[in-house]
Amino acid sequence: MSFPWAREYQPTNGLMKFLDEKLPLPRLVYGAIGAGYPVPRNLSYMWNFGVLAGFCLVLQIVTGVVLAMHYAPNALVAFGTTEHIMRDVNWGWLMRYAHANGASFFFIVVYLHIFRGFFYSSYKAPREMIWLLGVVIFLLMMATAFMGYVLPWGQMSFWGAKVITGLFSAIPVVGEPIQVWLLGGFAPDDAALNRFFSLHFLLPFVIAGVVILHIWALHIPGSSNPTGVEIKDESDTVPFHPYYTAKDGFGLGVFLIAYCVMVFFLPNYLGHPDNYIEANPLATPAHIVPEWYFWPFYAILRSFTVDFFFVPAKLMGVLAMFSAILMWFFLPWLDRSPVRSGHYRPLFRKFFWFGLIPTMAVLFYCGGAPAIEPYVMLSQLATAYYFLHFLVVLPLVSSFEKPEPLPFSITESVLGSDKPALSGE
Amino acid sequence: MAENDGNGEDGVRRRDFINIAAVSFAGVGGIAVVLPLVSQMSPSADVLAESSTEVDTSKIEAGQGITAVYRKQPLFVRRLTKKEIDEANAVDISTLRDPETLEQRTKPGHTDMLITMGVCTHLGCVPLGIQSDQNRGPFGGYFCPCHGSAYDTAARIRKGPAPKNLQVPDYVFTSDTVVSVG
Repeated sequence: MSFPWAREYQPTNGLMKFLDEKLPLPRLVYGAIGAGYPVPRNLSYMWNFGVLAGFCLVLQIVTGVVLAMHYAPNALVAFGTTEHIMRDVNWGWLMRYAHANGASFFFIVVYLHIFRGFFYSSYKAPREMIWLLGVVIFLLMMATAFMGYVLPWGQMSFWGAKVITGLFSAIPVVGEPIQVWLLGGFAPDDAALNRFFSLHFLLPFVIAGVVILHIWALHIPGSSNPTGVEIKDESDTVPFHPYYTAKDGFGLGVFLIAYCVMVFFLPNYLGHPDNYIEANPLATPAHIVPEWYFWPFYAILRSFTVDFFFVPAKLMGVLAMFSAILMWFFLPWLDRSPVRSGHYRPLFRKFFWFGLIPTMAVLFYCGGAPAIEPYVMLSQLATAYYFLHFLVVLPLVSSFEKPEPLPFSITESVLGSDKPALSGE
Repeated sequence: MAENDGNGEDGVRRRDFINIAAVSFAGVGGIAVVLPLVSQMSPSADVLAESSTEVDTSKIEAGQGITAVYRKQPLFVRRLTKKEIDEANAVDISTLRDPETLEQRTKPGHTDMLITMGVCTHLGCVPLGIQSDQNRGPFGGYFCPCHGSAYDTAARIRKGPAPKNLQVPDYVFTSDTVVSVG
């Protein structure tokens, strides 16, 4: 699209010529994900996750629309219709397991996509807008996933809804009215269940809209690549189709194998047994935890156990949890190193592999563990490093670090020299 | 001349007035549309209609408690023993996170009747301890298993992450034994 050597769409038959004149949709697709989009020739498998995330979104919308045909969002029957889907509806069990595990796999893919972005600094100029839109998508996904988990109206659904909306009650003065307003009652009930269902149906389409903006913004500078060196010449690129449609197709196959293993052999492995008990507003399960993909942020929430100055511990926890993600919006301006790829940044690389990654692992583990020692102390340490990493380490590293020499071009990094590519072919 | 005909380029033009009037009108109309859209999310009339409840306390012996339902949430109604009352009164309230005396948290003449929401003020779990065989925590009142908040025999927060005492709802004794909550 943005490169002069991008191939132009040529309609081959009368129908396509007609379409191209009246509504050039094939031209759009050709330029966006077809042979008309030149892509760096050196993309690794870490660049598969965008397409995989798109696949997950479609998977979730298709299975979700099917489930909505058999489910009723009413506190009296919601749990029953969920079991009705599992036992009575033809292939209902498959649809529900595909949807529930689809959510988990969507998050696996998106977390890998985000951490690819962290390592290769994909958020840096000229790709800031792609990153910002990506963070918006992630926030929308979290909201959608949370509301979806409430719908089966099991014990975890109910208490998850109560605890998460309870976060808003930490806000001084207006917090409790906001919580009552969000729930449409004083505790989760019919009103909350209905609106969560309505929004859970709506938000995926909002996500699809932001995804289109995300891809649009991507096509202006073009895809980044593992060297972080920008495209200089036609020899640095190959057409998206067939080169990356094939590579993404292979990645999709690997993804589907892992996904099908979970759906068909371990469908409840990532869920909680308590959610097969119908919601009971008078008894809290002994150990309530959110779904696994919220664990790192839940650990940050719980790591604040004492008041800070005038701010109560509960409010601090809530603020920290939201800041942990909202901070990502500032990432393009916190990391000011001109070098993108972590492969050429010795110091950054160390902090990534020995700082950020272990920190996330600790937060992840502690978020799923009960709130007792040593998990509380571990999550406090990890939370401290998490914020230090983004707010202090990244800005400091980008001013002190001496990056390793970059290759002249993408072609040189692949072939060892840029000459053959320029003279040959 | 230009000022008089109202169509000149300088000063206030008739078009400015029309612009402001039109935008204001649309703005007020917009607010009138948004207001019902926001307000429909608040508790509906039938939810609010369920927001009061009556509890008969006559069958509760000292040391026992019952769980009633108020606004679809658990309501702890507990008759304190003499020992529990003494324990609550022995605390220096200036040392408390949310300073309140047992008198302030009960009704005159019914200081043994402790009526609170059964909703932990941390993140809304139901604490244990309303039944005497449950874990009542280190202060003998209630104990929340979710994140370890411990409440004393006046249901005041003593330890753990919860910021406030268990909430005392609005209630009145309509007779010696019957309580109307809400």
